[in-house]
Amino acid sequence: MTDYNFAYLDEQTKRMIRRAILKGLAIPGYQVPFASREMPMPYGWGTGGVQVSAAVLTPEDTLKVIDQGADDTTNAVSIRRFFERTAQVAVTTVTAEATVIQTRHRIPEEQMREGQILVYQVPIPEPLRFLEPRETETRKMHALEEYGLMHVKLYEDISRHGHIATAYAYPVKVADRYVMDPSPIPKFDNPKMDMAAIQLFGAGREQRIYALPPHTPVVSLDFEDYPFTASKADHPCGLCDAQDSYLDEVIVDDAGARMFVCSDTDYCTGRQVEGYRGTNNKEGAA
Amino acid sequence: MYVAVKGGERAIDNAHAWLAEERRGDVAIPDLSVAQIREQMALAVNRVMAEGSLYDPDLAALAIKQARGDLIEAIFLIRAYRTTLPRFGSSLPVDTGAMACERRISATFKDLPGGQVLGPTFDYTHRLLDFMLAAGGTVPEAPKATADPAPVPHVMSFLNREGLIAQENDDGTPAPDLTREPLELPATRALRLQALTRGDEGFVLGMAYSTQRGYARNHAFVGELRIGTVPVEMEIPELGFVIEIGEVTLTECETVNQFTGSKTEPAQFTRGYGLVFGQTERKAISMALVDRALRWEELGEDDQGAPAQDAEFVLYHCDNIQATGFLEHIKLPHYVDFQSELELVRKLRRDAGAVDQQEMVE
Repeated sequence: MTDYNFAYLDEQTKRMIRRAILKGLAIPGYQVPFASREMPMPYGWGTGGVQVSAAVLTPEDTLKVIDQGADDTTNAVSIRRFFERTAQVAVTTVTAEATVIQTRHRIPEEQMREGQILVYQVPIPEPLRFLEPRETETRKMHALEEYGLMHVKLYEDISRHGHIATAYAYPVKVADRYVMDPSPIPKFDNPKMDMAAIQLFGAGREQRIYALPPHTPVVSLDFEDYPFTASKADHPCGLCDAQDSYLDEVIVDDAGARMFVCSDTDYCTGRQVEGYRGTNNKEGAA
Repeated sequence: MYVAVKGGERAIDNAHAWLAEERRGDVAIPDLSVAQIREQMALAVNRVMAEGSLYDPDLAALAIKQARGDLIEAIFLIRAYRTTLPRFGSSLPVDTGAMACERRISATFKDLPGGQVLGPTFDYTHRLLDFMLAAGGTVPEAPKATADPAPVPHVMSFLNREGLIAQENDDGTPAPDLTREPLELPATRALRLQALTRGDEGFVLGMAYSTQRGYARNHAFVGELRIGTVPVEMEIPELGFVIEIGEVTLTECETVNQFTGSKTEPAQFTRGYGLVFGQTERKAISMALVDRALRWEELGEDDQGAPAQDAEFVLYHCDNIQATGFLEHIKLPHYVDFQSELELVRKLRRDAGAVDQQEMVE
């Protein structure tokens, strides 16, 4: 791959993307249009995140790529390989070692620290999209801070179901201004977004970048009498016994028996190395 | 015991190896050459060039071979390659009036300067399978005539002279570049045309067809359809003059549409325009119809709420590379989202008193 520039994109394109990122950081939660490029992977498969990562990566960086919290899911493998080939950067699965983490659908369990960048892959950056399909309308609504429609939707959920019926991509308000889509992370992860690391969001197909500088206040939308709660399966991890991590449900036999395991594979492995054992883990560390 | 799934890397490698083998097919059958695809699958090559936005028949043929004949996949390969190419400038606008036409027809005038030239068309062929092709027969040589050196002026220019068709004026604004700037609305006509010419043929065809069936009907006649080659010229700053850098085949379609006039305009015809790389006339005609439908606002027509009138709808959904990527991404794992939905649905059911006793088998 020596024919391609460092991290695939040419420097002009990277500059264009970095400008969009800086603008995004300056106006937290605002969706900055950018001239997304065709990437050698399909739209909808992380092209926004890949372009953002390509624009921020330096040769000294250590990259981690996760999908559904795991380093070993096929698309995470594919994206990690892409940067190994085109940027020759060091890669890791250990959250603490990484300087840039590209993620799809999860925030790592381990607390993110200053100096790290978390890059989210975003399918639909517009939190109002499913209430109003027109981009021309939703941009106006953001400009006027006209978020009544969203509150009506949440209210209708409560009156119909007794709960807000949004389990992932749960809308947040950023720095008391923009309503933002946190990407399809489970709402369990929402409280983690007020973090020390820089958070960058890339939506390639929709040509939008948005960002959160460190320690930006991020509030999940709710009502005083129906406060937001971060939820997860009410179980410990079957492998590492973690009580505080987001869990995947796995069907383990034909009778439909299930077990619950950490979706964050690095967190789970780390705990097992430290000697923690869950009830489904009798044979020692996996 | 459950062990977390490992081996994504090996699975990918193995899948790619299998794919390569499947692409080749039975090795007892000779390998298809890129040149064979370029010469004998020319219309597929043209579509890939048009929607890939890159005029290079050899690369398009290679992409078709690599994509196992999946044209959208081939278009994707071309787009991904194209985006890495440096830009060293822009050509001058091509002069389609000076096109060396292989085909040129008008549905509005029986005869006209330059004449009607059918050219190599499927029109009027009977769609009967030709089993001779399976037997590998040779093709008899087609009769030849010498090209008429007389100019082949645009049909529209005749209507123009009488003021019967709305004049389109170039206000000198440089054309925007959809591949270098994010799509923002409202889109100018130049930008809309740019999106349509690289838009999915099936999508644009469907939109055009819907206008014919009454969703923003604008009753189009093919004023002119021409296919042929035009020289591409570029001004080289270092030289200070214009040189010809190559030649491309284009299909151009201009439609003549009904227009009854408005308070400010006398009755006259209006036009729709299509221009596409290669011999791609279904696409060019479709493009012209959709272009015309999208012009309702500037022409003071009613918004009928038809899909083909809705620029935001058409422009955001006509790109097959964006569409196919997003559509197919739902194959990717969504365990986390699904898990959170599972919990929510269980909670809602519990609240509704419909506790599933089978729910928590551990």
